[in-house]
Amino acid sequence: MVEAGTSTDLLRWIPALPLLGAAVHGVGRGLMRREMSRGLVIAISCGASIAAFVVTCMAVAQMQGIAGENRVLIDQVFTWIGSGRVSAEMGFAFDPLTAVMCMIVTGVGSLIHIYSIGYMDDDHRDDGGFQRFFAYLNLFLCAMLLLVLGDNLLVMFLGWEGVGLCSYLLIGFWYGDRWNAYCGMKAFVVNRIGDFGFLLGIFLLLWSLGDAATLNFAELKAALPRIVDTTVAVPGWLPGPEQWRLTTLIGLCFFLGACGKSAQIPLYTWLPDAMAGPTPVSALIHAATMVTAGVYMVCRMSFLYEVAPGASATIAWTGAITCLFAATMAIPQTDIKKVLAYSTVSQLGYMFMAAGCGAYTAAIFHVGTHAFFKALLFLSAGAVIMAMHHEQNTDKMGGLRKWLPVTSKVFLVGVLAISGFPPFSGFFSKDEILLSAYSAHQVPGHFWIWLIGLFTAGLTAFYMWRLHFRTFYGECRADHHTQEHLAEPSWLVRAPLVALAILAAFGGFLGFPQIYGDWFGIPDSNFLANFLHGVLPHPTHEVDHATELLLGVTAIGVATLGTLAAALLYVWSPGIPARVRAALGPIYRLVENKYYVDEIYDALIVRPLVVVSDKFLFRVIDAGIIDGIGANGSARAVRGLAAHVLKYGQSGLTQGYLITMVIGTIAIIVWMLR
Amino acid sequence: MEIPLEHVVGLSALLFAIGLVGALTRRNLIVILMSIELMLNASNLAFVGFARAWNSVDGHIFVLMVIVVAAAEVAVGLGIVISLFRNRESVNVEDVSLLRW
Repeated sequence: MVEAGTSTDLLRWIPALPLLGAAVHGVGRGLMRREMSRGLVIAISCGASIAAFVVTCMAVAQMQGIAGENRVLIDQVFTWIGSGRVSAEMGFAFDPLTAVMCMIVTGVGSLIHIYSIGYMDDDHRDDGGFQRFFAYLNLFLCAMLLLVLGDNLLVMFLGWEGVGLCSYLLIGFWYGDRWNAYCGMKAFVVNRIGDFGFLLGIFLLLWSLGDAATLNFAELKAALPRIVDTTVAVPGWLPGPEQWRLTTLIGLCFFLGACGKSAQIPLYTWLPDAMAGPTPVSALIHAATMVTAGVYMVCRMSFLYEVAPGASATIAWTGAITCLFAATMAIPQTDIKKVLAYSTVSQLGYMFMAAGCGAYTAAIFHVGTHAFFKALLFLSAGAVIMAMHHEQNTDKMGGLRKWLPVTSKVFLVGVLAISGFPPFSGFFSKDEILLSAYSAHQVPGHFWIWLIGLFTAGLTAFYMWRLHFRTFYGECRADHHTQEHLAEPSWLVRAPLVALAILAAFGGFLGFPQIYGDWFGIPDSNFLANFLHGVLPHPTHEVDHATELLLGVTAIGVATLGTLAAALLYVWSPGIPARVRAALGPIYRLVENKYYVDEIYDALIVRPLVVVSDKFLFRVIDAGIIDGIGANGSARAVRGLAAHVLKYGQSGLTQGYLITMVIGTIAIIVWMLR
Repeated sequence: MEIPLEHVVGLSALLFAIGLVGALTRRNLIVILMSIELMLNASNLAFVGFARAWNSVDGHIFVLMVIVVAAAEVAVGLGIVISLFRNRESVNVEDVSLLRW
């Protein structure tokens, strides 16, 4: 039996409070048949979110109070599904990993709730959307907290599906525009492909564990040695040997789920389109929290990936390739949110790179710092979009720092953080990831992964500075009318921006590397690594201090190069980009059109599927067989029988019926006496 | 003097047959109703006879039930007959075959 943690009733309230908020909105709206007053909506949803944050803090305090290694809080609410050997509890567990995720989700979530008050108030489409928006936002928080708090795979899967649903609802929030609805659907369907992998992983685990089948993470960890040496035959077209380790197969199935949720190749295409949703949603769901669920899941299952080197290497390489690929796609984008979307995909690639190299702490560290700076970047982009009257094209911006001093400054902090300049948060997390890739000898080609990561760091600096320069520097390219009305948004919008800017600037010190800590005489300076020590396996860096310093300096150098290139092209000599575009010609167009991946998917998968669905599944199977023969056919047969045969029994003569009855009764008596 | 069970059952069967033939062959609705009543009472007689033969009260209880049903049936049946006569000036069962194909 697995050693149990300390039991508490506190944890259930963390997801329950936002759920309550969403329910009050939903039920209240249904009963009152009109929108509640905006003040009440704000009080309920922001209250629920902040209350969840407070409860999380209480849980952290309680967890820190536990002595010894096994710092876990457990809250078993009820048995959800009990079936033979396997039972799924509606149970929550709170260990340091969950604590970090919960703090990010509820903390950043609360800030974004507050920001949304200002952002959605600006939305004058008076269709009752204000309350609907906050109901969805609360529901999302509940699902995300279920995902990170669940102590078994099924609760995690419930949250996993819940965040997918809320993502769908919020991307298509302004569903009056068909394109937004389409984008929501695309996100949902692509996510379903990943969910299929997640489910297969769960089934494989249950099937292979036999008598020890369980869904609970702690029990799984204990039961896993039973299947470590099991191998399975795989189809010949798959790479590698004919017999795969079962753990590798399971790990890959789960990773497919992570690919869908966290927008990795090949399932990343939905995330850029998810920008159709309101900007706070892009910040909360499609940058800070939901898309990191895949990273969280890989870290939560780290005990599995530790014994699945093939799966880990696949994760590392997928992360590296996604990271580079998405960064190149971000370069030619002109839509301010699209740049940030591709940058999110790229940064998620970094996280998977770290997780695949066994540096789970670095991955979670980057989840945290990325949540800070990317939420900041998205929210300040939202402020720009508000000021520009819902114009997202940077071709029509420029010089905005004159009108938006606060926004441009906090955006600058975000850019510095994501580009990896010390002491901003992104430097420390990215540095740790690059270091782990450099020293991960168990991953084939780890040096190349490091090189890709380093190169991408330069690209990241380039496209982020490009975005910054094009938005806030130079001449304003907006029309006269817009320029006259440019103004900073309300303090409700600015306050979360400043809070996030502080986090983005100094959040990196949570994981201050020991090597720098030694300089300043700080013992145990890497707070995050020590905090997560008992939960996540820690890689043993076989790198001496000189190399580590050299790696850090190289990263800063590459970032500086990217910055200088952006400054050269977009500030000092603005004529160059057009010439570069003309010189590169088809290559530029290829990148600008995102390598035509959407078009390829459309031609290879979507369109054949639509044709088969329409021409065969709908017209032949559904309309022809099920409706035609099944439903309508049986009805027609009965009607025909009645019309041509049975109706002649209805003579209308009472005594005719009577004699039928008598004959029938006699027949029954004869049959019974036989 | 004890009446043998065979006699009671025989009388019951006879009455039932008379009622059945009446219900099937006569066209007057009132006569049909009377015939049905005859069949019901034939079964009552059989119930009472068997109950007596086997020293059980079940048959008696059934008889009471049948009487209640018969009373209700007559009330409804005669009501229909009266309403029919008012509308059609006829109590001939062959005149009311409207519910047919």
